[in-house]
Amino acid sequence: MAGHSTYVPSNGVMRWLDARLPLPRLVYDSFVAYPVPRNLNYAYTFGGILALFLVIQIATGVVLAMHYAASTELAFQSVERIMRDVNWGWLLRYMHANGASFFFIAVYCHIFRNLYYGSYKQPREVLWILGVVIFLLMMGTAFMGYVLPWGQMSFWGATVITGLFSPIPVVGPAIQTLLLGGFAVDNATLNRFFALHYLLPFMIAGVVILHVWALHVTGQTNPTGVEVKSSKDTVPFTPHATVKDGLAMIVFLAVFAYFVFYMPNFLGHPDNYVPANPLQTPAHIVPEWYFLPFYAMLRAITFDIGPIDSKLGGVLVMFGSIIILFFLPWLDTSRVRSTAFRPVYKIFFWIFVANAVFLGWLGSKPAEGIYPTLSLIGAIYYFAHFLIILPVLGLVETPRKLPNSISEAVLGPDRGIGTGTGKGAPAAPAASAPSQH
Amino acid sequence: MRHLLPALLLAGSLLTTGAALAQEAGAPPAPAPAAPASAPEQPSAPEAAAGEAVAHGEPMAPGATDEAAHEQGGTPHYPLIKPAELDWTFAGPFGHYDLGQLQRGLKVYREVCSACHSMNLVSFRNLEGLGYSDEQVRSFAAEFQVEDGPNASGEMFMRPGIPSDRFPSPFPNPEAAAAANNGAHPPDFSLLAKARFATQGFPKFVFDIFTQYAEGGPDYIHALLTGYGQEPPAHITIQPGTHYNPYFMNGPALAMAQPIMDDQVEYTDGTPQTVDQYSRDVAAFMMWAAEPHLPERKATGMVVMVFLIGFAIMVGIVKRRVWADTPH
Repeated sequence: MAGHSTYVPSNGVMRWLDARLPLPRLVYDSFVAYPVPRNLNYAYTFGGILALFLVIQIATGVVLAMHYAASTELAFQSVERIMRDVNWGWLLRYMHANGASFFFIAVYCHIFRNLYYGSYKQPREVLWILGVVIFLLMMGTAFMGYVLPWGQMSFWGATVITGLFSPIPVVGPAIQTLLLGGFAVDNATLNRFFALHYLLPFMIAGVVILHVWALHVTGQTNPTGVEVKSSKDTVPFTPHATVKDGLAMIVFLAVFAYFVFYMPNFLGHPDNYVPANPLQTPAHIVPEWYFLPFYAMLRAITFDIGPIDSKLGGVLVMFGSIIILFFLPWLDTSRVRSTAFRPVYKIFFWIFVANAVFLGWLGSKPAEGIYPTLSLIGAIYYFAHFLIILPVLGLVETPRKLPNSISEAVLGPDRGIGTGTGKGAPAAPAASAPSQH
Repeated sequence: MRHLLPALLLAGSLLTTGAALAQEAGAPPAPAPAAPASAPEQPSAPEAAAGEAVAHGEPMAPGATDEAAHEQGGTPHYPLIKPAELDWTFAGPFGHYDLGQLQRGLKVYREVCSACHSMNLVSFRNLEGLGYSDEQVRSFAAEFQVEDGPNASGEMFMRPGIPSDRFPSPFPNPEAAAAANNGAHPPDFSLLAKARFATQGFPKFVFDIFTQYAEGGPDYIHALLTGYGQEPPAHITIQPGTHYNPYFMNGPALAMAQPIMDDQVEYTDGTPQTVDQYSRDVAAFMMWAAEPHLPERKATGMVVMVFLIGFAIMVGIVKRRVWADTPH
């Protein structure tokens, strides 16, 4: 970890370079000698998978951009040209389109793993916040990417989403006009979305570097939630984590390939194979699946609250559902990280997951009948989880007894370190945690 | 803790299925099963349905939907009958096109459909994918007259088609097509097999992942073409100028009349000259037009899957060795 470099250059060239630009040392310390808790399970492999998918998306995207024309007259045709005439163009495009979906599958797994094991808690608040920033950038990138093929859902999705800014008091209409480059979704919109769609992934890559840096300062959490206390608790990143992450990546890629080669349009919408037509509104405008829970919350507010009309209310709720994530480390008052030792929170965690899926289902339904009411219930629960359940539960819940160390949890009480010296205090692992530095 | 990963994967796959839910919502007025009580009047629904019908270039009299909506006390389900799932040669992991079928489908398109429907993303040269030789493609293309120009004197002129030309459109522009077809232009054929999908809803779309069901488009096209000629139920009023078809996605009736009859196109290979067979052939042809690289995609996919699974097994063995002496 930081400050404990054990790198020894193996030859003269590396010694020469190490004295001038210690890049090999950085790589060695970060991805070879870097100690990881020995008890990480496969839920901890999604970070590596996400890095892989960022690379896949950038690589396929850059090549697609060589063939794509960001013009309302040409966009749809140029995408079809990629599908039909560009060598392996169909593969590039299907990988890129499905890659976005699998990027989100991986990021949701990553986030739920984080929530389950309390990885966001002290001292990893900055690591968590950087992750939320990446998530926001991903959402922006994915939304703008979906507009580029210029199909019916592209166009009408863009119209709906940019319209979200208009109810914001004072600055809303100006923001919307700035986003659109005019007063309606048109060529200027498509051009700037393409430019931003190309830019944002590199911003994501930049924040990912900060994210990994922050991770390597604090070290990883682990399923026990107890901090690393000695070298017995850890194994070197290579080969242990490398091979485990590698295996997870290959399995995840196999599922990805199944969709790319056999079900490439399953995750898309048939209407996007109809060219955009500003004069004809689709009966139901739905976003991509990964936005559905947020879309449901947007449409949950069907009534005015004082000076806030229903439209602005929906927008505030939707943006609020993401903004609230920034405050999560301070909303959770429990000092026990891992849900494995929080029997009551475990129940609420799975209710939260079920509620997220429920909201996703509601997001796919038309905003009529019982659905807005159900969406409202789901949205209220979503916020209650963060604003009521997490703060209160941390104060009233009696956690199970924590092991004294990771090695004790893995190897048994006799062989683990910390046995007998542990001060008990199962509810306060964080108090003794930062001692490793 | 051990159970977390499967649980996360399950959650992930549940989220994934949201996509199919999204498709479901894309189908016309997806109704609330429990809605009637809370929504006795939904004036916007028929308008939306009509809007989408126009969006798809298949006009439908708004009144017809209106009627259906009132009869059923809520937004009606369309299509009234779900398409049957047929056996297609291009389904499944070993899917490939039946070239004979595609050639018959081309014949049907050329002799019947192309009178109204364009197919402007497909070039004559693509027909080599149907098993035709370069010579055959050249002579086929030459049978069409294509507008070119301007020439040196600034005039547009007509010339015989060449392989790099695209299929000429039957109408000069969408407005002309609409004017000749009761107000809505017939949709282009190039992508129709991927742009149409009659959803079966939850939980069917979850099973679709495992059965690799991706032939909703051709199934829908076949169902629509063979769905004419039935008596509409008494409670549905069919507006003048529209034709009842219970398989139509956006309403009870559409502007297109039954386009093809038995024995209308002559098959020289002994294939039955029935509406059912014509529909299968033209639907397969349209799938090819929408996804010409499908066989290549599936064949490549098999290699990729075998490689990834084999690679995963090998890395899995290495992983076990690496971790063998490390309790974790």
